[in-house]
Amino acid sequence: MLVFALLVIVIFNFAFDVRGEAVALVAPGVLWVTLTFAGVLGFNRAFVLEKDRGCLEGLMLCPIDRGTIYWGKMAASLTFMLVVEAIVLPLFSIFFNLPLFMPSLLLIAFISTVGFAAVGTLFSAIAVHTRAREIMLPLLFFPVVVPVVIAAVEGTGMVLAVAPWASLVPWLQLVVAFDIIFLAVSWLLFEYVLEE
Amino acid sequence: MMSGPGSGEAWAIEALGITKSFSRRPVLRNLHLKVAEGSFLTIFGANGSGKTTLIKLLSTIARPETGSIVIAGMDTRENATQVRRHLGVILHQTLLYDDLTVQENLRFYGRMFDVPRLEERIAFVAHRGGLNSRLLHPVRTLSRGLQQRAAICRALLHDPAILLLDEPETGLDRHASLAFWNTLASLKEEGKTIVMTTHNMEWGLNLGDQVAILAEGRIAYQEDKATLSRATFDGIYHRYTEVSP
Repeated sequence: MLVFALLVIVIFNFAFDVRGEAVALVAPGVLWVTLTFAGVLGFNRAFVLEKDRGCLEGLMLCPIDRGTIYWGKMAASLTFMLVVEAIVLPLFSIFFNLPLFMPSLLLIAFISTVGFAAVGTLFSAIAVHTRAREIMLPLLFFPVVVPVVIAAVEGTGMVLAVAPWASLVPWLQLVVAFDIIFLAVSWLLFEYVLEE
Repeated sequence: MMSGPGSGEAWAIEALGITKSFSRRPVLRNLHLKVAEGSFLTIFGANGSGKTTLIKLLSTIARPETGSIVIAGMDTRENATQVRRHLGVILHQTLLYDDLTVQENLRFYGRMFDVPRLEERIAFVAHRGGLNSRLLHPVRTLSRGLQQRAAICRALLHDPAILLLDEPETGLDRHASLAFWNTLASLKEEGKTIVMTTHNMEWGLNLGDQVAILAEGRIAYQEDKATLSRATFDGIYHRYTEVSP
């Protein structure tokens, strides 16, 4: 996941040889495309270990609510993505010569990553039961996370353009609403996803 | 016919009117099954007869479309979490993490089941399973027989009253089979309720108090083993599974 993210940043950096104000226009898209695609790689692995050796059934035999398995897996995926972001953001900042360490940008990164992890964990559990799971997950994941990607790109662009906080709030609200809805729905559906 | 529990005893497992389909193909159809506490039921059946599906339903891994399953007096739909504390399950796969050692696997599952004095319990089940010297070995480095022993240790870690075994002898060599046989015999002596699916007639008829045949999605036959000879059961089995003797 990390290596993939770094490679994508390097490739984009050389592919779009942008300078000056154009950097701030291109960089948000590059950043979130990188993180979204890298995230899919991680989500693809979230349940493979358990599925291949039957350990998923081992977890299902434990005296815990199935939703607890969801929260555990979601927390693990979220942690992995945040660690990758913690490494990728400084390098991205260097490659694109942008000041990315701003509280509002870190907030956007965190809540957007929660949304990715919420949806990615659920769809990873669905895709792992299919034969073409590496293909199935992106097909399920990308259409659903479009609102988060758009909000993250727009929000990041506004932060880099030093836009007022008020203009950023609607995008933040969109992502937070997405997070709440998909965390709740995924938690409620997870039991059925595991069994089928 | 199947004998019920005596006075003061109870059913450990009651499955009533169970149906389950996969991709619209019915696997279990209005299945009824009762297992008395402390008894050992062996279930035979042809490939694809639904033995694994039945074990998965009883173990709460899957849910029936219709009907109810009551285990240890609790409905599996309403009290699945509590029911699982009473169940030890061995499936085709070991349900163990390959890259972890036997001890790490047992610690993990022990914590999931809140096993008190976990390290002592791990030492006890490992000794019983003959895995003392292998506790620190990664599971992937063990033979199939030793992995199966580790799976038994996992299933027994929380000292469940009911054991559900799905063709547990699969892939075991003669020596490993004998060791596993002895383990099952001692568990039976301890009074555990055991439900085992198998194709192995010798195992099933010698270990089981009762035998059943799963055919066409139902328990087509269930009988006390004491009233059966091997030859008689062979004939019955082939009649229900439509295989020439």
